[in-house]
Amino acid sequence: MILQLSGVSLSHASGIEALKHIDLTIEAGERVAIIGPSGAGKTTLLRVLATRLQPGAGLVELLDAKPWTLSARARQKLRARIGMIHQAPPLPPRQRVVTAVSAGRLGQWSFLKGMLNLCYALDAAGVREELARLDIADKLFVRCDELSGGQLQRVGIARVLYQAPELILADEPVSAMDPTLAGHTLEVLNQEARQRGTTVLASLHAVDLALTHFERVIGMRDGRIAFDLKPSEVSSEQLTALYANEQLLHDSDPVALAKPHIKPFPECG
Amino acid sequence: MKAQINDPAGFPRLALSLLAVLLLWPGLNLSELDLKVLVTGDSARTIGKFIAGFWPPAYNSDFVALLYKSTLETLAIATAGMALALLIAIPGALLATRAISLSALSRGGRPVWWAQLLRWPVRIALIGLRSVPEIVWALLFVRAVGLGPTAGVLAIAITYSGMLGKVYAEIFESVDIRPTHALLEAGSSRLAAFAYGILPNAAEELVSYTVYRWECAIRASVVMGFVGAGGLGQQMDLSLRMFAGGEVASLLLTFLLLVLLADVLSRLLRGRLA
Repeated sequence: MILQLSGVSLSHASGIEALKHIDLTIEAGERVAIIGPSGAGKTTLLRVLATRLQPGAGLVELLDAKPWTLSARARQKLRARIGMIHQAPPLPPRQRVVTAVSAGRLGQWSFLKGMLNLCYALDAAGVREELARLDIADKLFVRCDELSGGQLQRVGIARVLYQAPELILADEPVSAMDPTLAGHTLEVLNQEARQRGTTVLASLHAVDLALTHFERVIGMRDGRIAFDLKPSEVSSEQLTALYANEQLLHDSDPVALAKPHIKPFPECG
Repeated sequence: MKAQINDPAGFPRLALSLLAVLLLWPGLNLSELDLKVLVTGDSARTIGKFIAGFWPPAYNSDFVALLYKSTLETLAIATAGMALALLIAIPGALLATRAISLSALSRGGRPVWWAQLLRWPVRIALIGLRSVPEIVWALLFVRAVGLGPTAGVLAIAITYSGMLGKVYAEIFESVDIRPTHALLEAGSSRLAAFAYGILPNAAEELVSYTVYRWECAIRASVVMGFVGAGGLGQQMDLSLRMFAGGEVASLLLTFLLLVLLADVLSRLLRGRLA
């Protein structure tokens, strides 16, 4: 098993309870999607798994280690084995793509190699290879502020592929891409993960992408896991219940209620 | 009927403006600023005569050779002083800044209390370095190491390391922290995360501030020349004492050129980084 959460709860500084007693086990090589309405705790869950947030209660086990009992140095070593794909990739605007992608390996490189790479791109060929998988090899020496949102997201994915971690966490990795490109990009990500034996856990707001590209789908709502099923087992009632919006229900009249206020669900089953 | 909505920021703004005036007014009185003396009676005539002596600027070959040597000396004092200052300022800024705190990563950007406590000695050291004006250090060092550029270099190194260290630390904290946090999250060391996450965003401001400080160091070395720390300042002191207005004018024109040079340099470097 590559990660295990038992009884994990977390409250934000604002007092909002983002995660309520989460139990979750994921085996090595699994590819899992998390879906759920805004504010369900998807990002918080991913941040707990990326050791960005320390849960208030419960036990976290990642890659056979308990991150919060480790020394800071050992935790950095563990973090180098986990890759996080951000919804808005945090890349310095003036940095070149080649540098931004190669920064994925800073956790594995010596400091000296990192500094050398800042002056002269040491492994441009390796970076180009990862970019080519995502069809943006031509952006190798372009500055990050010259890219569109979708291109930037693909650079973020390329960085994590270049990092070659054992566990990939992805927070809305394709939200800035059109549906075709989003599907293709997830396809590439999953194919790479399959070949390398990497575990993938991705939060998605597009239900159809979650159901078509992943082998296990977790529905989250109000900081709890609502369901944890194979895509073929997820029913449209479960999806309706997952996304039901109480706020909108109270405020709107019956006519508006009949209209779906979320993305139309794809055929399930 | 429209209900009147008062801007809630209005009162605090008014209060702060009034407070600023109340604090500044006694300051004006305390400094005994009296502009009238500039235009009344003898002083106006004295200043006029002095300025009239400025024309034409001295350009005989002996003086120009002297001017050239002094200019180089001033530039050398400022540059060497800045280089020494950077040796202290860069490690100091890295130690003092919260921007590359590892504990802040999992605590929403706030480092743990003991890490904050450890930053204070560094901050206090930087405050100590910059709290004594360079001219005081120069007077001290002229007594310790004798007349000449060494005193100026040491004085600039000490005061400017404190200033540069403090401002660098604040520039590091002012740029977007997310790239740095993303790198730390991927297991990078703090220094590497600094080089890849903060430097690209902060480089322009760092260069701009550093070149400006170099310009200030040139001026400071001129002032310190008056107390015997070499360079253009010492020459200026001599020319003023001899009432050689033409020489003073040439020296002032040289200052103008140096500041202009610093400005062009800053513009070039920033253009390269933008």
